[in-house]
Amino acid sequence: MGQRLNRDWMTMTEPMLAEYFPILVFLGIAGAIALAMVGGSLLLARQKPYPEKLSAYECGFEPFDDTRRRFDVRFYLVAILFIIFDLEVAFLFPWAVALGQIGWFGFLSMMGFLTVLTFGFVYEWRKGALDWE
Amino acid sequence: MITAAAFYIFAFVLIAAATMVVTSRNPVHSVLFLILAFFNAAALMLIAGAEFLAMILVIVYVGAVAVLFLFVVMMLDIDFARLREGFQRYLPIGGVVGLILLLELALVIGTWTTATEASDLRLAPNPGGGVSNTKALGQILYTDYVYLFQIAGLVLLVAMIGAIVLTHRRRPGTKRQDVAAQIARSGSVNLEQVPTGVGIGELGIRRPTLPEAPKPKQVEHADHHGGHH
Repeated sequence: MGQRLNRDWMTMTEPMLAEYFPILVFLGIAGAIALAMVGGSLLLARQKPYPEKLSAYECGFEPFDDTRRRFDVRFYLVAILFIIFDLEVAFLFPWAVALGQIGWFGFLSMMGFLTVLTFGFVYEWRKGALDWE
Repeated sequence: MITAAAFYIFAFVLIAAATMVVTSRNPVHSVLFLILAFFNAAALMLIAGAEFLAMILVIVYVGAVAVLFLFVVMMLDIDFARLREGFQRYLPIGGVVGLILLLELALVIGTWTTATEASDLRLAPNPGGGVSNTKALGQILYTDYVYLFQIAGLVLLVAMIGAIVLTHRRRPGTKRQDVAAQIARSGSVNLEQVPTGVGIGELGIRRPTLPEAPKPKQVEHADHHGGHH
């Protein structure tokens, strides 16, 4: 049973996976190039670390504060609103592909989903969350 | 053969990256390892045949959620010295919380039973017959699972409203453009028709008297203070 299923699965997914084989090759090439660059400089270049190399440049000054700055929370709001509409669009893809099979019920189901999110969109707009000031 | 090798490589990198997410000291590095873990999970889903989920994982999680995590890391303003300072103090309560979570996990996993048909369904992401994964999802998601789909919409709505309520506020002192108020505005600007040609030929036009031109200031050259220059 397991053997048969395994074979079935292979026959189903193998053609799909074959289309992704070039990406695997690209990944391999990218990894090989990165390794060659880092490894080559590790092997061939002269390594002589000393603390002066890491210190600030001689006519520069020590940094006043941390490199990482605090962001305004408004960036976060924009990112969250982006994610929500991103997900909404993600739901549209299978719907568009399968619209021929799912009929009117599937169509109206998506329209209900979109209506709910449109209410949210109107709320967002009226509230001024899309304005930057 | 290649599929199996790719599976093991991606699984190994996934677990290694997930370990680094937990153990790395710098939270920004943690987020970057999390992105690596997302990519490897997407590759594993691809190998399992869940093509659509793999792509959504890359688009939504890598493209959006990871950015959100980076924002959170940047916003928290973490001071590492202060973080480690409270370690001893919070150890007992943290240990209790961890122990409770461990017990709950043990209870869940201890009573775990797999459905009898699960082994058949596990490796069948597609119904077969040339139907792609995306199409297979679309055929059942909007009709058979319509309630779950609508609930997903409501969850997104709640998330949207919650984010706006929590983070959006009008700041005093900033000016923003209100187009409707601009257009609806009336009364403060009047258009009046002025009779033309009235002043022609009239000599005694009343004009506002020009203010006297300011005389050039007398500059004292006496260098009492000395050394201004």
